[in-house]
Amino acid sequence: MRNPLNKTITEIQPSGIRKFFDIVAEMPDAISLGVGEPDFDTPWKVRDEAIYSLERGRTFYTSNAGLKELKVEISSFLNRRYGLEYNPTNEMIMTVGGSEAIDIALRAMLDPGDEVLIPQPSYVSYEPCTVLAGGVPVFIDLQEKNEFRLTAEELEAAITDKTKILIMPFPNNPTGAIMEEEDLAPIVDLVIKHDLFVLTDEIYSELNYNGKPHISVASFPGMKERTVYINGFSKSHAMTGWRLGYACAPEMIIQQMLKIHQFAIMCAPTTSQYAAVTAIRDCDADVEAMRDEYNARRRYLLHRFEDMGVKCFEPFGAFYIFPSIQQFGMTSDEFATKLLQEKKVAVVPGTAFGKSGEGFVRISYAYSLDALKRAMDRIEEFVKEHNN
Amino acid sequence: MREKILNYIEHNSRIDMSDLAVILGCDEVTLANELEAMEDEHIICGYPTLINWDKTGVEKVSALIEVRVTPQRGMGFDKVAERIYNYPEVNSVYLISGNCDFMVTLEGRTLREIADFVSDKLSPLDSVLSTKTNFILKKYKDHGTIMAETHRDERELVSP
Repeated sequence: MRNPLNKTITEIQPSGIRKFFDIVAEMPDAISLGVGEPDFDTPWKVRDEAIYSLERGRTFYTSNAGLKELKVEISSFLNRRYGLEYNPTNEMIMTVGGSEAIDIALRAMLDPGDEVLIPQPSYVSYEPCTVLAGGVPVFIDLQEKNEFRLTAEELEAAITDKTKILIMPFPNNPTGAIMEEEDLAPIVDLVIKHDLFVLTDEIYSELNYNGKPHISVASFPGMKERTVYINGFSKSHAMTGWRLGYACAPEMIIQQMLKIHQFAIMCAPTTSQYAAVTAIRDCDADVEAMRDEYNARRRYLLHRFEDMGVKCFEPFGAFYIFPSIQQFGMTSDEFATKLLQEKKVAVVPGTAFGKSGEGFVRISYAYSLDALKRAMDRIEEFVKEHNN
Repeated sequence: MREKILNYIEHNSRIDMSDLAVILGCDEVTLANELEAMEDEHIICGYPTLINWDKTGVEKVSALIEVRVTPQRGMGFDKVAERIYNYPEVNSVYLISGNCDFMVTLEGRTLREIADFVSDKLSPLDSVLSTKTNFILKKYKDHGTIMAETHRDERELVSP
């Protein structure tokens, strides 16, 4: 029999997270701090709206690009929150989570051999999606000393004449790093100078704790025409399972993304789209309450690590902290495995998010304060037993 | 600052003070001073515990009683309210808009105890014109907390 499989996909490694999940799954009494999704329920009015839309029988396809009403709301949300201007009619597409948007944007833009700059540590799908789209991933190793922000020097060193796209994964999963206005400005200069495009994944943009508004790279002059802006409802509105995200970009790019989307997906889930209208129109207060709660937990975890003498830079975004475990003389993988075996606390090794995550672990604070407290007590015991 | 403290402890008054200082991003002394000041000013009136008595063996009956009264000259409703809220079995007294004047909540061990209170103490008050007693059959949610809820974390244990 011939080999039924595609060569490219068989050469892609499964996610390192998956491997760790299999270990955790065999320990039913473990406390997990390994989850990359909110612990809050979707606000009730959003769920209620979804139920209502089902009762009304709104169970048909929407147009390929998504519900007009929703896109209009998103357009005004992006404008009021981040000063972005996107035409809901031809510069926006509703996708199955932010992940689909990443995939179809890369497929719409890359030719074989085009290089994609991927700052790491970062979300697990940029690399495989780049490879599947025929591109060549080029990694930029972000540094703890820069609080895992991307610097102009790091970017410049990675640019070649084949570079086409820079991925901007901020606020960042797994580090919690953000990029502020003064960090973005020199990056923007380089992007324009080298005629690059940016794929900015701002799915965590509403979870920002530095007391200043989140700044999007797309809002800089000259950037809208070279940026694909990706966001969604999963993190901000605790709607991961609804699978709803969106991409905004110049019409020329959106048109091509739409072709892939219409043939592969047809449209984002209809019920989710109706519910999302309520989410974006009426839930600012819910989002703020969740943000305040995350912030409280973030402060708590940082304080506990500081007390234990474990080094951790202060992250201002998402719901992760990324402490350094270099003092224990173990790899991230060994640390996470030992912590799980000895204290039954699951954290994710930094290396699951790229080689430069070595020496760190990702700790999610999408858990109640009580759960975090219990877990931190166990981690404290572990730290005492293993401190060199 | 006060609002942040109150918002937090309204639903979690047992939180450790040093933890609360950390999560609010203030120092412990400031926090302790603020709390004390708010207790003195009667902004914080107590730290009760929300109990689902249905899950215990203790028999309790509660009722919402709508009370219509004649306000007293020069003192409005306050004097009447005082005569009602001074009974220890009375849980809360609200002056409300609508068909009646007061909403009184009451807790007793038996139906009889509540009936006795209404007929022997509440109704005979001079200013009380009428009462309507509504017994509570089941408490679903109280003080913003869903009573029956047993929230299980059903998320995958590890996810990207």
